[in-house]
Amino acid sequence: MKARTIIEKIWDNHVVADRPGVPSLLYIDLHLTHEVTSPQAFDGLRQRGLRVRRPDLTIATTDHSTPTTPRSLPILDKVAAAQVARLESNCKEFGIRCYGLGSEKQGIVHVIGPELGLTQPGMTVVCGDSHTATHGACGALAFGIGTSEVEHVLASQCLLQKRSKTYEVRVEGALKPGVAAKDIILALIAQIGIGGGTGCVFEYCGSTIRSLSMEERMTVCNMSIEAGARAGLVAPDETTYHYLAGRPHAPNGSAWDIAVARWMQLPSDEGAAYDKSIRIDANTLEPMITFGTNPGMGIPITGAVPDPNSLSDPLERDSLSRALRYMDLAPGKPLLGHAVNVVFIGSCTNSRISDLRNAARIFKGRKVHPGVRVMVVPGSQQVKEQAQAEGLDQIFRDAGADWREAGCSMCIAMNGDQLEPGEYSVSTSNRNFEGRQGKGGRTFLASPLTAAAAAITGKVTDVRELM
Amino acid sequence: MTKFTPFSSRMVVIPIDNIDTDQIIPARFLKITTKEGLGDALFCDWRYDAEGKPKPDFILNKPESKKCQILFAGDNFGCGSSREHAPWALTQYGFRAVISTSFADIFRANSLKNALLPIVVPREIHAELLKTASAEVKVDLASQTLTLADGRAVQFPVDEFSKHCLLEGIDELGYILQQEAAIADFERQHPAPINALA
Repeated sequence: MKARTIIEKIWDNHVVADRPGVPSLLYIDLHLTHEVTSPQAFDGLRQRGLRVRRPDLTIATTDHSTPTTPRSLPILDKVAAAQVARLESNCKEFGIRCYGLGSEKQGIVHVIGPELGLTQPGMTVVCGDSHTATHGACGALAFGIGTSEVEHVLASQCLLQKRSKTYEVRVEGALKPGVAAKDIILALIAQIGIGGGTGCVFEYCGSTIRSLSMEERMTVCNMSIEAGARAGLVAPDETTYHYLAGRPHAPNGSAWDIAVARWMQLPSDEGAAYDKSIRIDANTLEPMITFGTNPGMGIPITGAVPDPNSLSDPLERDSLSRALRYMDLAPGKPLLGHAVNVVFIGSCTNSRISDLRNAARIFKGRKVHPGVRVMVVPGSQQVKEQAQAEGLDQIFRDAGADWREAGCSMCIAMNGDQLEPGEYSVSTSNRNFEGRQGKGGRTFLASPLTAAAAAITGKVTDVRELM
Repeated sequence: MTKFTPFSSRMVVIPIDNIDTDQIIPARFLKITTKEGLGDALFCDWRYDAEGKPKPDFILNKPESKKCQILFAGDNFGCGSSREHAPWALTQYGFRAVISTSFADIFRANSLKNALLPIVVPREIHAELLKTASAEVKVDLASQTLTLADGRAVQFPVDEFSKHCLLEGIDELGYILQQEAAIADFERQHPAPINALA
């Protein structure tokens, strides 16, 4: 049999039908849903008189338009409140489990999937959210879909999909102190551009990826979409099995052994061919930060903002000029030392317990710089509980940071958490698009370590100076 | 869905690369539970000033843009978020096609389900179109051609199934539901690894 990549193996295992002239009908093992991209899909089911085919394979939570203020407070935004209530009522009507507001399992959809052991190796996972690639860290083929496709999955548990190209992202070597998983993915996107992975699924491999924890792999996979790849995954290994064992929805007893035996067949075969490949040398990576208005506009923290005049393509030159105008940055200048108004630590990219531990290492025994607003937003209620059990919340509070409830928060700025026009933030989230964190707001994307350093100094800082 | 018929239109030109779905429709408009009311919010933060008044120099606010059915944009259009609100906003404004050198995967899939045709043209054709931007072009999906002002017909790719659905005005779910026997058969052979209700 032809040597196959893990991407092809998972795909082949899920093809329900392949008919000439029609994309493959692909079976979906796990569907995650939230308040923002689902109401119109449930309406579609009602209009057609359809039920949810497999309510046992969909799970819902509230995260996007959900405030991160204390849960005892009402949702002040009436439109958001109605949307959150609609998710609850839709789930009730169609028999879907919803970890909504007040649930101890509520959280960002891409944090709770792996946390509950719902995401497992070899699965197909979808969600009406482009950061679904996060689940690829567990060895799953996970990708974001639109609301029409949410309706398709609810109705049929299937999607019509065209096979993607395979893209090997090999990362070799040891990360230097102060360099995080976030820096690997920001460096990749800076290198290949935000359209570099379009039409592809990434497989992250190599010694550096193997040495990452599951949560670090989630950070890397999470931002696959920022390079244009709809999915990105890491083949399962002992790290994966160790992470999954004992989680609520993971198999147990003899079922566990059978599952592991099956998962061990998933890694790409020796000699399997990829459509594209890239190699990244981890030894040379520095902490990264973005300066512009898309995640590909990233530089090493010690680097300088590029000059549009150095680009030959007129549209590319215009894009960079436009970005620098929006960010109000001068070409050729370093970002180090640039004043920041807000620091946001959270989002499906960097809100897990290890992210909070990393940030807390920098905050411990220090104070937030006067005038800087710092929000630390755990990815889930369970992350919040764990952080509090470890006393991390106290470290953040003592430093002067705001410790909040779980949700997407300022990553998407549709829940009350946002930048004011003109403000600069260092954010651990995934997008620095114009207005992404609030109309007129300006975002520098970075790791939790780099974000924490900025919180302490009030400016863009090389975290290695504080370690 | 109505059948996708041939049409001619001038283009609204926004020659910027990497226009993301947050620009097409900012997240604060995503709190709705219906699909309606998004056309006025299309490109909101580029289109209106701080007081909410239309910026006269932004192309969507110019009188000549009003009846245009084609948006002409830079490379990698629709990157970022998977929000289907982006094609909803574009079609509610009146667009039936977007021309670019490439589209983000999720945006393209969403557009094809909403009778918004993503038309990929080669870079040199894109550059030529930009030079003659005020002229009318013709879109014919059946022949997969974009006819330029000078009469040249440029072929564009569309996958066979999406084309069929658009031309016939049918949606994919109808087809998927017809595959019930195959889906049930697959489920018999592949027991679910999880039970989210347990």
